[in-house]
Order: sequence, then C-alpha cells, then structure tokens
Amino acid sequence: MNKVQNNKAWWLILPMFALVAFSAIIPLMTVVNYSVQDIFDQNTAYFVGVEWYQEVLRNERLHDSLLRQFIFSFSILAIEIPLGILVALMMPKTAGWKTSLTLILLALPLLIPWNVVGTIWQVFARGDIGLFGWAMNALGFEYNYTANAIDAWLTVVLMDVWHWTPLVALLCYSGLRAIPDAYYQAAKIDRASRWAVFRYIQFPRLKAVLIIAVLLRFMDSFMIYTEPFVLTGGGPGNATTFLSQTLTQMAIGQFDLGPAAAFSLIYFLIVLLVSWLFFTSLSLTDKDQLKQGSASS
Amino acid sequence: MASIELRNLSHSYDGLTNAIESLNHLWPQGGAYALLGPSGCGKSTLLNIISGLVSPSEGQVLFEDNVVNGDSPQQRNIAQVFQFPVVYDAMTVRENLAFPLKNMKLDKHHIQQKVMEIAELLDLQSSLDKKAKSLTADEKQKISMGRGLVREDVSAILFDEPLTVIDPHLKWKLRRKLKEIHEKLNVTMIYVTHDQLEAATFADEIAVMYQGKIVQFGTPQSLFEQPNHTFVGYFIGSPGMNFVQVNKNQNEVVANDLAFNLSTTQKNALAASDTSNIKLGIRPEFIKLANQATANSYPVDILSVESFGAFKIVEVRFADETWFVRVGEFDQFDATPHYMTFEPTRLKLYLDDYLAGEETDFE
Repeated sequence: MNKVQNNKAWWLILPMFALVAFSAIIPLMTVVNYSVQDIFDQNTAYFVGVEWYQEVLRNERLHDSLLRQFIFSFSILAIEIPLGILVALMMPKTAGWKTSLTLILLALPLLIPWNVVGTIWQVFARGDIGLFGWAMNALGFEYNYTANAIDAWLTVVLMDVWHWTPLVALLCYSGLRAIPDAYYQAAKIDRASRWAVFRYIQFPRLKAVLIIAVLLRFMDSFMIYTEPFVLTGGGPGNATTFLSQTLTQMAIGQFDLGPAAAFSLIYFLIVLLVSWLFFTSLSLTDKDQLKQGSASS
Repeated sequence: MASIELRNLSHSYDGLTNAIESLNHLWPQGGAYALLGPSGCGKSTLLNIISGLVSPSEGQVLFEDNVVNGDSPQQRNIAQVFQFPVVYDAMTVRENLAFPLKNMKLDKHHIQQKVMEIAELLDLQSSLDKKAKSLTADEKQKISMGRGLVREDVSAILFDEPLTVIDPHLKWKLRRKLKEIHEKLNVTMIYVTHDQLEAATFADEIAVMYQGKIVQFGTPQSLFEQPNHTFVGYFIGSPGMNFVQVNKNQNEVVANDLAFNLSTTQKNALAASDTSNIKLGIRPEFIKLANQATANSYPVDILSVESFGAFKIVEVRFADETWFVRVGEFDQFDATPHYMTFEPTRLKLYLDDYLAGEETDFE
C-alpha cells in the first residue's frame, strides 16, 4: 500500500507562525539589523559588519554588568528555591480558611506592579522614615543602601526574594498537593523519618515544578530592570547596575544602538543557553530512567 | 506478633453517619484472616484504624491486651500493603525493599540478606537494580508487598485489597505465596477483599463485614453452611442464599398459605421473639427438584435454566419469590410442574436478619 503524503497540514500552523513572527522573530530581526549598522539618524546608517561585536567583546562596562547579573541571578535562585520549598512544606495541608488565607497572603506580592515594588522598598529601606532601614540602624547596623554597595545589594536581593519567593512556594505547594495520601501513609508504616519523606517522596515529585520554577526565576531575574532601577537607580556608582539597565543607557541614553543591539543578541543567547543547560541537567535523570526502563522491558 | 482486639469501636468521618459501628472483635495471634465485604462497608477504615493511620471516634484497639489507641503505626509495629502500588520512584527496587529495614537502622549485611530473600520470594531478582519508576503496575505492587513482608518482627501484616491491579494468573500465584509466607512466619495477617474466592483461598477464618459491623467470623465452611446473617447468606456463595419472608402462625410459619416445618429449637426461638421480620433461607445447593410431589415437597414454576458447564442454575418461582436451584449439568427439565424438597436441617430461620434457633451456636 502506498502511503499518501499530504503536506497540506503545514498550512494549519501558519496562524501560530504569524503570531510568533510578530511577537518574537520580527523584533529580534530588528535588533539583528541594528547590530550590523552604525546609525546616525533616521536616514543615515552605514553597514559595519561584525565591528560592533568585536567592540562589545572588549567592553569592560558590559562585562562588569554581565558578571553582576550572573551573581544576582544565582544568589536569588539559591535563596528563593529552598525558601519556596520550605514555605510550601509549612503551609496547611487541608482545604479550609487557613489555606485560603495563606494562599492570598502569599500571592499578594505577585500582584503588585514591578515599579511599585521598587517604590515600596525604596521607602521601606530608608534610614529616616522606612521601617526596615530605621530598624537596621536602631539595631546598631550602619545601613544605608544609597551610599553603601553591600547594603544596596542586600536590599535588591531582599526585594527580589520578597517579591518572587511566593511564586516558587505556590508552584511547590501545587506539586505537593498532587502527591496521593497513600505515599504518606506508606511512609508512616515504613517508619520513614521526616527527612526521608522529603528526600524520597516529596522532592522527587517536586522536580517537575522545580524545573519550571528555576527556569522562570532565572529568566526573569536575569532580565531584571524595573525594580532595581526604581530602588537604587543602579547605584551607588555602578554597584547594582544590571545588564538590561546598562544596555538601555547605551541604546537610549547615548544612542549607541549598534553595540547595544550586538550585546543584546549575546545576552539573548546566554539566556537561551543557560535555560537549556538548566532544563537538560534537571530533566536528564528522568530520561536516564526512561531509557533504562525501555531497554530492559 | 500480637493478637488484635477491637472493643466497642465506632468511627465516623463526618460526625453524622458511622463507617464503623460499635464493633467488637478479637483476632487471635498468628492466624490468616480475611475481612470480606462489599465496597463501602468500612473494611479499609477498619484496617486503617488497626494500623493507626486513622484514629477511631470511639472505642479501643488492643494489641496483646495493651490499648494502643494513642500509638503511631511505627509504635504499633504494623506492616500494611495498600490497594494501589506505592513505590518510592527515585529509588531502585533494592532500595525500596530495604527502606523499612534501613529506617529501623539494622545491620547492612542483614538488610542485604533479607532483601534477597524477599526478592526471591516475589520473583523480583532480575529487576533489583532498576529504578522502581520504570516498572509495570504489577511489579510495583510486588514491591509494595515486599516492603510489607521484609520486616520480621511485626505485630501484624495488613493487606488492603493488594491484588486489585495484578493479572489474574499472577493473582493466584501471589495468594499462594502469601499463604506460604504466613505458614513460615506465623504472623497475624489480615487481608481485606470484596472477593469471596480470594478470601476463602487465603484465609483460615473470614470476617464478613456489613454496614460497619462484623456480622460473622468463621471458617469458609461455616459461612457457607451456617450464615449468621442474611447478608452473609446473600454475599457468600454463587448464587447466594434464597430467602422468603414468612409470617408467624401459632407455632409455625407460613408464606402464601404454605406452611414450613421448623425444628424444636427454631420454634422456641420464634416463640421467644416478637419481631415481624421473619425470614427463611436455604442455599441453592441444598434444594432438590423432582417431577412428582412427595411428602414435604413444595410446588414451583420453572422460569429459566442456565448452564455453567459443570452445573446448571435453575430459576424458579416460589411463594412470590424468585429462587435459584443448583443442579447437575445433565439434569433435564421439561414443562411439567416441579416439586422442591430439601433436608429440614438446611432450612435456616432469620429473626431481624440474624440466624436463630440453631442446635449449635456458631457465633
């Protein structure tokens, strides 16, 4: 029997393709376009080839921002993921007003617009009228986020943890609720310790949501702009100037569209690469098991 | 190892209806028991109360005469196997089987030895180093059972319909295995099921549960011959016991103008009671059909005859009830009227659904 090849189905993905084109491919191509030209004004542009790429690879200012960006993303991941799991584990387990209340309280920071989050912390951390800043000083710490780089970092990280740990906690909570009661009962019968219950029942079943949580938090924090911009404006000095802020300054402040576009593309590739690394490394163990299973059965 | 006693046990999930109702029962040490009953009769609840996963609303649970109500499953030292496989996905089969022993902090060498023993018993040697996640449902259930069996010094092992997900041919094999293990370990085992065949092949004694109560506890034979409650008569046997609602008429009982002969003890029991819920019951296996009327025979109409290979089930109309009679495969029935006879001792009297007036008490 001849198998009839019918390629008409390809037309069906056309709407999706058009949508992705408008939302991602066309804007990205604009950036590609900028990155290979030297633009003076709307009518004057010269093709410069890979010159901007060569330049940004030697640009210290960009490298410093990129390094800060990595340090920031990894520190907030190192805090938010374990903390989110911990919060989810401590949440009430049965439906009721306590659960609803916890969920609402937890979701509140997620509902606040990003620039408002920045403003809240800007006031909150002030030494004169902010509760946090005042309390730190009253406890004897010399705390001033506008003058001291370490204090500024602490405040930015704290703000992000406050803003986004609830997301991780909510994801983990949903993952935990999906574990059937029978597992906990079996663990009780098997005399498993609290740690063993977490290690062998809860954690393996949280993996899927943790992959999502880590990816979301990495991508989001790696592109962070609004909150630190409002809170510290990147200061003191350049201490909390992250990559997207540096690029915005270059592109809009100094009208260096070419190098900004070139580095944006590198930025984009880094996000893609790191996300892919996270995803494959976290889901690799599962694939191994599947292979093992199918090979033996 | 322990005997398990339940005293005046009641349990309610919602505070309105009782899943378990004032239940008293003793499981002597070392027996293989089945807890048999229809879905929703409270079997699993009772099992979870015994193991300590659920604490009862009222009453006491005793292990070897010690009240254990406040004790956790761990303190009770109970092993339990659930209806659906519970395996620790992230571990290998070997680690799964060793898990309860590891939690008891036993010697590594000893654990290894026990795991091999159980793996051999359950035919799991070849998959010991596979991740438990990759296995089929019945292999997973074997692991669940293995974890229950691997501990030596348990008070009792409880099974909650453990063979639901298992292939029919494997079911039979595993049930034999469980029985072997029971003979070897001499540990109390309670096996919950809704399947009378499964109960009868596994257990020495069966407890039949109905509406939150254990209505009879006895050998498969006594459940068959002396059903203590109309539910046991109906539930055990295939088809179940035939019943007819009768009325008291001086010293005998009648249904549709037909009088039944009762034994002296039955008559005494009837006289002592003033209930109007009087039933007579007889097993389909104990009825004989004939073409001619004889002494103490009752006329019946034959409705249908169905052949099951080794025997036939005849559906008859009698006293406004539809009854079943089990006859030999080669018995022939034509359209002529038929008469039914039976041994008087096979006719059971039920007052308020409980057996009454028997010579020997099978309680």
